[in-house]
Amino acid sequence: MKSINHIQDEIIDEFSILEGDLDMCVEYLIELGKKLSPLSDKHRVEDNIVKGCQSKVWLIANFQQGTITFQADSNTMITKGLVSMLVRILSGQNPDDILNSDLYFIHKIGMNRFIGTQRSNGLAAMIKQMKLYALAFMAKEQK
Amino acid sequence: MSNSGHISQIDNLTQIRAEFPILHQQVNGKPLVYFDNAASNQKPLSVLNALDHYYRNDHANIHRGIHTLAERATEAYELSRKRTAEFINAAEPEEIIFTSGTTEGLNLVASTYGRKLLKPGDEVLITNMEHHSNIVPWQMLCEEKDLKLKVLPLRDNGEVKWELLDSMLTERTRIVSIVHASNSLGTINPISELSDKVHQAGAILVVDGAQASAHLEIDVQALNCDFYALSSHKMYGPTGVGVLYGKRKWLEKMPPYKGGGEMIKEVTLEKTTYSDIPHKFEAGTPNIADVVAFKTAIEFIDEIGKNTIIQHENKLLNHAHAELEAIDGLRLIGTAAEKVGVVSFVVDGVHHFDLGVMLDTKGIAVRTGHHCTQPLMECYGLEGTVRASFSVYNTIEEVDLLVESLDAIVKKLRN
Ligand SMILES: Cc1ncc(COP(=O)(O)O)c(C=O)c1O
Repeated sequence: MKSINHIQDEIIDEFSILEGDLDMCVEYLIELGKKLSPLSDKHRVEDNIVKGCQSKVWLIANFQQGTITFQADSNTMITKGLVSMLVRILSGQNPDDILNSDLYFIHKIGMNRFIGTQRSNGLAAMIKQMKLYALAFMAKEQK
Repeated sequence: MSNSGHISQIDNLTQIRAEFPILHQQVNGKPLVYFDNAASNQKPLSVLNALDHYYRNDHANIHRGIHTLAERATEAYELSRKRTAEFINAAEPEEIIFTSGTTEGLNLVASTYGRKLLKPGDEVLITNMEHHSNIVPWQMLCEEKDLKLKVLPLRDNGEVKWELLDSMLTERTRIVSIVHASNSLGTINPISELSDKVHQAGAILVVDGAQASAHLEIDVQALNCDFYALSSHKMYGPTGVGVLYGKRKWLEKMPPYKGGGEMIKEVTLEKTTYSDIPHKFEAGTPNIADVVAFKTAIEFIDEIGKNTIIQHENKLLNHAHAELEAIDGLRLIGTAAEKVGVVSFVVDGVHHFDLGVMLDTKGIAVRTGHHCTQPLMECYGLEGTVRASFSVYNTIEEVDLLVESLDAIVKKLRN
């Protein structure tokens, strides 16, 4: 498994090709969104909704052999794109690394520039939820 | 209601646009197209200058001072009240209360008239298309006073089922509160045709004029409403100012809304007597500068003329309707016969949020979501819509750009 920062750097590289062109960045996000495999209806339920997102985001987490697998989905394509990057970075990592991760890619790819504050709040809520899962699984492991 | 009066054209849109400095900028590398006017529209130079002029030359606290500046500021503030009264044809300036906006105006009526004059079991009637600010104050009142809130349902095209009005008005109906023009659908409600029925039932008619006041001719006496609330910031004026018109007979009966300075005649620690209207409802130092500049916004509207504005916005509206409908899977929400320049739509299989973000990358500002009308969205089984809304400075070319961009975006999102 690649480290969190390694994957972040890959994403930063991929975006750097787009040279900050807003249209292309958003289109790339949509492409990423389309590639994210959808959650089944069984998981697209109220309990799995991340609070704080303007569009709906569903997040589920599984803990096996020391690592967390995240799956997520959204009813909007752009949010799906955003979410897919978080899943790509954090899924498969161990709880400790997830908790201590610094997700600098958001700033580096200039996400704030094209995703306004209301929407990045949604992103923040998503990250928080992922870290909460990490915390919960860690606590469970230590019991 | 028809847009009667002489038909006039906007001869020089370029000249009008030159009055709005904010429009002449690039957003995300593209020329800004501002179609979020129903949320708040932009301010002409004359309004910006009025604010600047007031603070540079005339500012002091009003009503209490005897010095020259205080008198000048008071005069400007009261002149604005007089001009507002003319603008909506109130019988007298004393019937104009300055508030912070439509929301405060409606809350004021609920908390004063509603609290004092309604009794348990009384009824308040609204429609299913109301903005949250014309729902929540009544819900709060109903809860407090044990009243019943009744709701007139809608037709599929975004009109109210007015044929049900007679049966929904009962001898317990005390307040009927209705939006003049819907911010989500554009529907214009036939206020003047309702007032007789409402009054015959023994109720008062409250009108939420937030979306109507910059677009329709407002004559509160012809509408024969008891209260009319509006917001300056949707009428080319500053934020933080609104107007509540109320008939003198009600305003005099109503208790004050807030306690403090300005609204009193005499205060002893035992008992306070209140000022006459309208000051009774304007406790504390009001938003003087913005009220003063609101008068300039009214003058901006009057100089162009409501008829000309309506004419122009209708042209944009009809063009947008016709062109948008050609987009595959696009469904207009709100196709009432009488509309202001608000176009709401959804596109099958594409989320409104994606459309809004993508349009923003093209420099086009629209609003997406429920537009503070969740019960309306629920009634149509929608989570939200994309809404484009027009002001006098918008152009046909901008509408074309919206349609073209949307068409391309929808194609991109679909495949
Ligand atoms: C129909 C309607 N009513 C009330 C309001 C509330 O106006 P304000 O926020 O200026 O108080 C709005 C504003 O969006 C509106 O569109």
